[in-house]
Amino acid sequence: MLRNLTTTVFITTLAFIFSGTGIAGPREDQLAGYAKAANAAASGFSAERGKALHTQNFASGKANTPACTSCHGKDTRAAGRTLVGKQIDPMALSVSPSRYTDPAKVEKWFKRNCTEVLGRECSAQEKGDWLSFMFSQ
Amino acid sequence: MTIPYRPLALGLLTLSFSVLILGRAQAGGSHYYPPVTDPVVKEECGSCHLAFAPSMLPASSWKRMMADLKNHFGDDATIDAASAARITEYLVANAADKAGQPFSSKLLRGVSAANTGSTPLRITELPRWVKEHRKVPDWEWKHKDVRSKTNCVACHADAELGYYND
Repeated sequence: MLRNLTTTVFITTLAFIFSGTGIAGPREDQLAGYAKAANAAASGFSAERGKALHTQNFASGKANTPACTSCHGKDTRAAGRTLVGKQIDPMALSVSPSRYTDPAKVEKWFKRNCTEVLGRECSAQEKGDWLSFMFSQ
Repeated sequence: MTIPYRPLALGLLTLSFSVLILGRAQAGGSHYYPPVTDPVVKEECGSCHLAFAPSMLPASSWKRMMADLKNHFGDDATIDAASAARITEYLVANAADKAGQPFSSKLLRGVSAANTGSTPLRITELPRWVKEHRKVPDWEWKHKDVRSKTNCVACHADAELGYYND
């Protein structure tokens, strides 16, 4: 009986370690969180839609920052520049591998930048799409 | 005895020239403002612009600025209350009018008399700052690599280390 239990626990642990959830980092967790909030699966996020969001010009935000690219630049793998001239590290995960590991920081900048560019906060769907785009870059 | 006028004059000229150069070098040496060391202040105040040295503004200015982050020079720079309190404390403790800031008294010269009152918000409007930058032409401020007067590092290569000599 005890032996049986030990085996079960062992197998469960193994299964957990090798399953996707066992190795998910903060990026995957945050994406999953947005998926839950958007009532969709994380696989339902689209890098294509994220790209459209990133490059689109909005008239609803501040006039000097109509798009994400106003400061981040058109090339996601190149550095951007704030309106006052300070350099912004590239947004693409492939060139900035330390990005998107602090969920609170990601949320802070979504809130601040979406308000500036779109004139409103971004939806969970938009955030997931945008992140998927940057993860793919 | 005849006085050797020519060597004397030459010596005097050399001496006055050295004094002039040394004096300038000394003036240059007084442009050191210790950079921000607190990681939270560095992150929160240094994302959009250089994390300005707290010794560049008086404590009253920092308090005034931190009390209205919603209207931060046209941007909403609101942050959580805990971070704001920590940042304010750091800025005030290291402000220009706190003891042990040897180079700040010059920068604050004429501040109370300025139009901005005794609690200026823009470092770039301090009379001393304006005087030091009076020779920079307009087109240089508008250069694509400069963009604004807040972009100290565009010209002062070691600004992030606290040096503004060049």
